[in-house]
Amino acid sequence: MGYMLEGSTGAWEIVVGLEIHAQVISKSKLFSGASATYGGAPNAHVSFVDAGFPGMLPVINQECVAQAVRTGLGLQAQINLMSRFDRKNYFYADLPNGYQISQFAHPIVGTGVVEIELQDGSIKHIGITRLHLEQDAGKSMHDQHPSKSVIDLNRAGVALMEIVSEPDIRSPEEAGAYVRKIRQILRYLGTCDGNMEEGSMRADVNVSVRKPGEAFRTRCEIKNVNSVRFVMHAVEAEAQRQISVWESGGEVVQETRLYDPARGETRSMRSKEDAHDYRYFPEPDLLPLVLDEAWMAKLKSNLPELPDEKRRRFCAQYGITFYDAGVLVADQTTADFYESVAKGRDARLAANWVSGDFFAALNRTGTSIETSPVSAAALGELLDLIGDKTINGRIAKDVFELMVETGKMPGAIVEEKGLRQVTDTGAIEAAVAAVLAANPDKVAEYKSGKDKLFGFFVGQVMKATQGKGNPALVNEIVKAQLG
Amino acid sequence: MSLTDLTIAQAGAKLAAKEISAVELTAAHNAAVAALNPRLNAFITTTPEFALEQAKTADATIAAGKAGPLTGIPLAIKDLFCTEGVRTTAASKILEPFIPPYESTVTAQLKAAGAVFLGKANLDEFAMGSSNITSGYGPVENPWKRNGSDAKLVPGGSSGGSAAAVAARMALGATGTDTGGSIRQPASFTGLAGIKPTYGRCSRFGIIAFASSLDQAGPMARTVEDCAIMLGAMSGFDAKDSTSAERLVPDFRAAAARSVKGLRIGIPTEYRADGMSTEIAALWEKGVAWLREQGAEIVDISLPHTKYGLPVYYIVAPAEASSNLARYDGVRFGKRVDGEDLIDMYERTRAAGFGAEVKRRIMIGTYVLSHGYYDAYYLRAQKIRALMLRDFTLAFDKVDAILTPTAPSAAFGLGEKMADPVTMYLNDVFTVPASLAGVPAMSVPAGLSAEGLPLGLQIIGKHFDEETVLAVSAAIERAANFTAKPSLMAGGAN
Repeated sequence: MGYMLEGSTGAWEIVVGLEIHAQVISKSKLFSGASATYGGAPNAHVSFVDAGFPGMLPVINQECVAQAVRTGLGLQAQINLMSRFDRKNYFYADLPNGYQISQFAHPIVGTGVVEIELQDGSIKHIGITRLHLEQDAGKSMHDQHPSKSVIDLNRAGVALMEIVSEPDIRSPEEAGAYVRKIRQILRYLGTCDGNMEEGSMRADVNVSVRKPGEAFRTRCEIKNVNSVRFVMHAVEAEAQRQISVWESGGEVVQETRLYDPARGETRSMRSKEDAHDYRYFPEPDLLPLVLDEAWMAKLKSNLPELPDEKRRRFCAQYGITFYDAGVLVADQTTADFYESVAKGRDARLAANWVSGDFFAALNRTGTSIETSPVSAAALGELLDLIGDKTINGRIAKDVFELMVETGKMPGAIVEEKGLRQVTDTGAIEAAVAAVLAANPDKVAEYKSGKDKLFGFFVGQVMKATQGKGNPALVNEIVKAQLG
Repeated sequence: MSLTDLTIAQAGAKLAAKEISAVELTAAHNAAVAALNPRLNAFITTTPEFALEQAKTADATIAAGKAGPLTGIPLAIKDLFCTEGVRTTAASKILEPFIPPYESTVTAQLKAAGAVFLGKANLDEFAMGSSNITSGYGPVENPWKRNGSDAKLVPGGSSGGSAAAVAARMALGATGTDTGGSIRQPASFTGLAGIKPTYGRCSRFGIIAFASSLDQAGPMARTVEDCAIMLGAMSGFDAKDSTSAERLVPDFRAAAARSVKGLRIGIPTEYRADGMSTEIAALWEKGVAWLREQGAEIVDISLPHTKYGLPVYYIVAPAEASSNLARYDGVRFGKRVDGEDLIDMYERTRAAGFGAEVKRRIMIGTYVLSHGYYDAYYLRAQKIRALMLRDFTLAFDKVDAILTPTAPSAAFGLGEKMADPVTMYLNDVFTVPASLAGVPAMSVPAGLSAEGLPLGLQIIGKHFDEETVLAVSAAIERAANFTAKPSLMAGGAN
């Protein structure tokens, strides 16, 4: 039995489907030449087309279409060679034309599937219903003037992909994993930056609850949730609310709701009765969108390796665990960083260093791979110094800390600080002899059977050599002298 | 001959031969506009100084030997074409203060060809009407009068101002737009030639949209050849209009001079609508005889879905219009009437800005697209539209062009046919099918009614075969030898 919420009448199953709105990475907007970059002075990136001036006509941006196709391919989805745009009609101050150009009846991408991994390591498949292209609206600001709202149309007309999932999600955890996975795929593909804080990716969450084995009950849609954490919280909070409605003898009504992160609850935005009648009809200003198969094949062949694929390859090629591979493919930059460190070296040791000390250092210093003082080449050199026994693993940790601090290369640090490991048998023999001589009582105890004191002697020798003694050699000589 | 009574072809020849200057020609037209416009109301905005500037440039172009057939030709521009720096209203109060910062592709091409713009011609509000009485800037008077009557007649619509301006010799030619007959019907009512080209032939960029899948720009002039000259400059692919066709522009002027010998001309049975006046029927018969005399073969054809044309048109066009006109909300341009809140501002702005006919069509369009009605109205209309297109495709397997009357009657009086909107909509019965099918169609003056008013015949052609349409129209024009002139015109009636 999967994730269940316990109510007064027994266990309830959660049913969730998500609509993710992902802003397409492109130079210009979906139907105009205006810049699609985030930010800029209000209304600086607005053409007459975006502002809905009389006589203006939309012209499709081929790059946005390519991005949608790439995304569809990344979601292992059906690409529709013929799709069409429709007008979704409603009045709002930040919707200049009084309609949004979207794809209603014939989306560019059809059914696909996404693989998510859960905490317990299990894999689940979430179905994709469709992906379609549409225009974003502008932004209304209600806090700039005492009595008026002001409008910024910079975002108006920027291309969005709406990715609709099947109602296959059954827990907050799955919802979170799904959003993260979509974001990961989009980032790998370079089709959306996945930045939920800036609103370039946001989710509408459809939630219903049911008793196990039942048909679906009425769902509610929670609009514009803007972080993975909030998606998970919103699912939980909304499910709890619906359970209490059902259990108190009430009926959940289909409506649009908003999630309030401060109060951790959802509240009604508009009911079905107030829902807009969008009066969809085919956009007469645009011809049907027909994709050329050769063009599509070219996009497909230029697609980057995607995370699932890469993860399987890392396991096979580098002999690392599925878990470690998962950590290393989290994003393209990390995966590339790992691969350049691992290349021609001990790949497992590389995995440990990257996901261990290196990530810890990034966290600690608040840097990213791009801004880290330790480059892949530097970390690789450190691994080489360990490999050729110039330094041992313990010293390597110290060297790494100095690399983080100073940004210097490990070879230089080792030379400068004299950290080369001692492989001179004579010097180690002398150090061992001195330690044994200084601890006659411990030697006696050892000889009477207290084997675990062996580690004590090794530690004392390492201390005497400032950690530079070759550990294998130290072990060997301590053993020999203890006879 | 008076400068204002020349054809575009004649004026072009005189300009090229330096018999007249573009400035003289423009000044004569400016004077005609000043004299007649207060009476006829053909222009919403006149731009005499701007026209003279353009004329000076044209004279320089002519002097440099770089003139084309439109260099220095004074035109009226339907006030649905956005013109940079010149107020563009669509004859609606909602756009009263609107001065576009951009130029429509069609007018930009005409400007580039050296044409001179006299001003912005009146029309039905947002091109919605067949009589020019829905204009927010007052009705246009038809310069033609019934024999022995001084009653004011309508010029037709929606390109009524363009029609009146050219008929009254205030301009040598004019741009029009045609959604369901808005070039052809006023051309018929005012004794002009006017062609609605194939959908996609002229760019719609910068033309204020009425019904996007139907709107097409086209020329109106006093001869078929003049229309051909203008159409050549107005046509062509435009990357800014996704529905414009990537096709070469043929030599329309040469096509207008072609013979019709051997062409097969279709006569559609279904256009013999119930109650067609004997006068119109007789005119049609005359057209048939003229073409036969010039060597064309006459073939009876059937366009079985013709009777659905008007109902389909009055679903599709308002549906698109209801969406196209949503942008006039008082937020970014045009008129705004402040309100309590956003919705109140929308309501006040649109209530004050739109006239009754526009409101009616927005309501019809909103209704037919509504949830629960879409399938019964809009979807069904689109299906019938596809069948109507098939009617034409099948017919054009057998014939090269189709001949029909343009309108069911001659121009009617201001205030007539006002009892209910449907009576008015019936004006479009012969013109709407070609619009729905997207095929080119032209009206050419063919004779006078018993009351002395012009009547037109319509020639419909295959997609992108304006050449045959022009050739057949020119054949009718030659045979009809239409020389009558309106009562009100520059230089006085003759």
